[in-house]
Amino acid sequence: MGLRKLTDKMKPTFSKGGKLSFLHSTFEAFESFLFVPDKVTTKGVHVRDSIDLKRVMTVVMISLVPCILFGMWNIGYQHNLAIGGDMGFWAIVWYGFLKILPLYLVSYIVGLGIEFTSAQIKGHQVNEGYLVTGLIIPLIIPVTTPLWMLAIAVAFAVIIGKEIFGGTGMNIWNPALLARAFLFFAYPNHMTGDKVWVAGASSAVDAFSGATPLSQTSEGLSGLLSNYSVTDMFFGFIPGSIGETSKVAILLGAIFLIYTGVGSWRTMLSCVLGALFVGVIANLCAPGPNSALAIPAYYHLLLGGFAFGTVFMATDPVSSAQTSAGKWIYGFLIGAVAVTIRLFNPGYPEGMMLSILLANTFAPLIDHYVVQSNIKRRLNRAKTV
Amino acid sequence: MSEHIRLKRGLDIPISGVASCTVTKTVVPDVVALKPTDFRGIIPRLLVKEGDAVKAGTPVFADKQHPEIIFCAPCSGVVNEIVRGEKRKLLEIRIKADKETDYLHFDVPKVYTLDRQNIIKLLLETGLWPAIIQRPYGVVANPCTTPKSIFISGMATAPLAADPDYIFSSEFDALQQGIEVLNKLTDGGIHLSLDARNFAGTELHKLQHVIYHSFVGPHPAGNVGVQINHISPLNKGELIWTIDLLSVSAIGKLFLNGIYDMRRTVAVAGPAALNPSYIKCIPGIAMSSLAEYFDTSKGELRIISGDILTGENVGTNGFLGFYNNLVTIIPEGRYFEMFGWVKPLRLKKFSASHSYFSWLTPQKQYDMDTNTNGEERAFVVSEIYSKVLPMDIYPVYLFKAILAEDIEKMENLGIYEIIEEDVALCEFVCPSKIEIQSIVTKGIDLMLKEMA
Repeated sequence: MGLRKLTDKMKPTFSKGGKLSFLHSTFEAFESFLFVPDKVTTKGVHVRDSIDLKRVMTVVMISLVPCILFGMWNIGYQHNLAIGGDMGFWAIVWYGFLKILPLYLVSYIVGLGIEFTSAQIKGHQVNEGYLVTGLIIPLIIPVTTPLWMLAIAVAFAVIIGKEIFGGTGMNIWNPALLARAFLFFAYPNHMTGDKVWVAGASSAVDAFSGATPLSQTSEGLSGLLSNYSVTDMFFGFIPGSIGETSKVAILLGAIFLIYTGVGSWRTMLSCVLGALFVGVIANLCAPGPNSALAIPAYYHLLLGGFAFGTVFMATDPVSSAQTSAGKWIYGFLIGAVAVTIRLFNPGYPEGMMLSILLANTFAPLIDHYVVQSNIKRRLNRAKTV
Repeated sequence: MSEHIRLKRGLDIPISGVASCTVTKTVVPDVVALKPTDFRGIIPRLLVKEGDAVKAGTPVFADKQHPEIIFCAPCSGVVNEIVRGEKRKLLEIRIKADKETDYLHFDVPKVYTLDRQNIIKLLLETGLWPAIIQRPYGVVANPCTTPKSIFISGMATAPLAADPDYIFSSEFDALQQGIEVLNKLTDGGIHLSLDARNFAGTELHKLQHVIYHSFVGPHPAGNVGVQINHISPLNKGELIWTIDLLSVSAIGKLFLNGIYDMRRTVAVAGPAALNPSYIKCIPGIAMSSLAEYFDTSKGELRIISGDILTGENVGTNGFLGFYNNLVTIIPEGRYFEMFGWVKPLRLKKFSASHSYFSWLTPQKQYDMDTNTNGEERAFVVSEIYSKVLPMDIYPVYLFKAILAEDIEKMENLGIYEIIEEDVALCEFVCPSKIEIQSIVTKGIDLMLKEMA
């Protein structure tokens, strides 16, 4: 327990009256990262469940691991395809690792830097929330995103999306999605098109198209399947944002989240139902087999960021609806709006980001009506007695 | 007999140290304390001074707003110390007990000859009135009001709670007598809830003149507030009285024997309790008289009057509370645990969540301590609270309304239907380590102030 002794020795320096007392929050954050604190209950219950927010966040981070690993491999794989090379498995993974590492470094250094600074200014403790946000952000952007853009987007998300509302637990929108939305609207050229999804594609062979299947939905089913099969889309051998391509990896994450009870199965299920609902209606109204409307409804679950958004972003406990009934409505809204945007706005086929942000905005309203109906039930009970 | 009421939501905390059903000690009281802080809504006015001799049943203090509500000494002896806290708040009246308890004898007529007013007068005079608790708010009942009914919980689901079948096995007559008395206080009947799993097995189901209900489910199914919520939920403006079986028995003994007899069987339990079992004693006994049940030499202990969710940390020099029949002894948790939150197994720790594996071993009991297992944060995870609150209430919205001091919202969201004990499990499972019971206390205090 040498580390414990060292921490105890350093503690007075950072405590009130110590030389470095202005770094109090930072010290405390590191200390509680290393050790579960020796705090005991004072009021109320005398024993506490062994779960804490660090544990909750850890669960989410573990659930993201399959997506990260696959994403790393897929970066290299797509690059290899684009240049027509013949890299081996480890070369592909190494290439992906080198591409993803700077994104993570920037995401965490900028994000945590702001979190620590603002905790320091407010004299608060550093919240664990950004550990997850920082892990998600690189997964939902194209691999070619310039690092300075990422830095600005992260700063925007943390400051405007979270800190001005009072930190983790108080924010209205999912901070990771806010970062992506910022990039999308500020630097659209780097977020859409055929060239952004594959690393090192500038040296690509001529015939190579880096388009994601999703961007080809406007061309109908045949356009969609011109480059990739459904199996490709399911396993994730397609271009796209780093973490979103493999539905297998996402499913693994979803199973883990549902099993631990950290992610809401209600939100995930209703989100899928919402997408299928709109998808089926579109199928029924499709004017011809080559219309985008004719794309079978279940394809939407495989395309673009739908699956990733459903599992990891819609279920964010802070920005989603809080009540069980509210979660059904909230999830359904996300799925339905996402597919609607995809089908009826060919200029911007990825609807998931906007639809989650929209549903985040409406979540308090949805909850308000759910709670209101509870209040009405209570008042009616008084009348009937 | 109505249908069983099944509650799915809730949690039985698997803490070790269940008291075995034997009485291992009869405590001869030495110093006994009466604690005005045990009674919510009471502003105490002293009726004795240091050096006064008292008998069991002598008034010791009264309520300032309702001087007819008096609180009596549970034993005979001499008042030897009056303990005050900040702003001279009255904390304890300590009585040095006689070797033999000398009871004040009350002239108690037969129950059937008395009407409601006579009964109330008698309960007030004999100091048993404070046993009756009013819902909403969980305050000592106002004798000028009439409740719609009276509720008694005949089941104990709290962690390590004393087993009612065991402790009342020889008090059946007193309980029946108490129920006859209570029946005079309301036209709405006496509602007694029993554990459906042991409905036929318990003596309590032989009690007469009560309306039976049966519940199946984990804690807080045994909380009277939860039972009310499922049987006859409280609306604005309504009053229900609740009383625990201990006090029903005490009222019965008063009418049978004419004395203020508070003797009770109390469980001593918990992971740090040596030989967890039952003792016979009176409320207010000093924890120092239970010295053989704990050993502070091996590490700091917490002595709780009550259960681990709602009890009071009284320490080794404290006293048993008026309403309590459980002393829980657990180790303090002042230790650092390196990377505790990230350890995958942590098999010695219990968690209701599936992020640990303790749910795979439901039979296992845990030596729990007082470590908070994390630091306080803002509300983040919203779903888990309602999983342990079997009522049609949105807990987080209610808590936030209390924090915002929005009276109308608090009313609408159910402040009338809960007291601290009902949301104690929400506090236990909270990953943000928020002191939820304190929030509810604040809400109830605010309501009492605003509605006064």
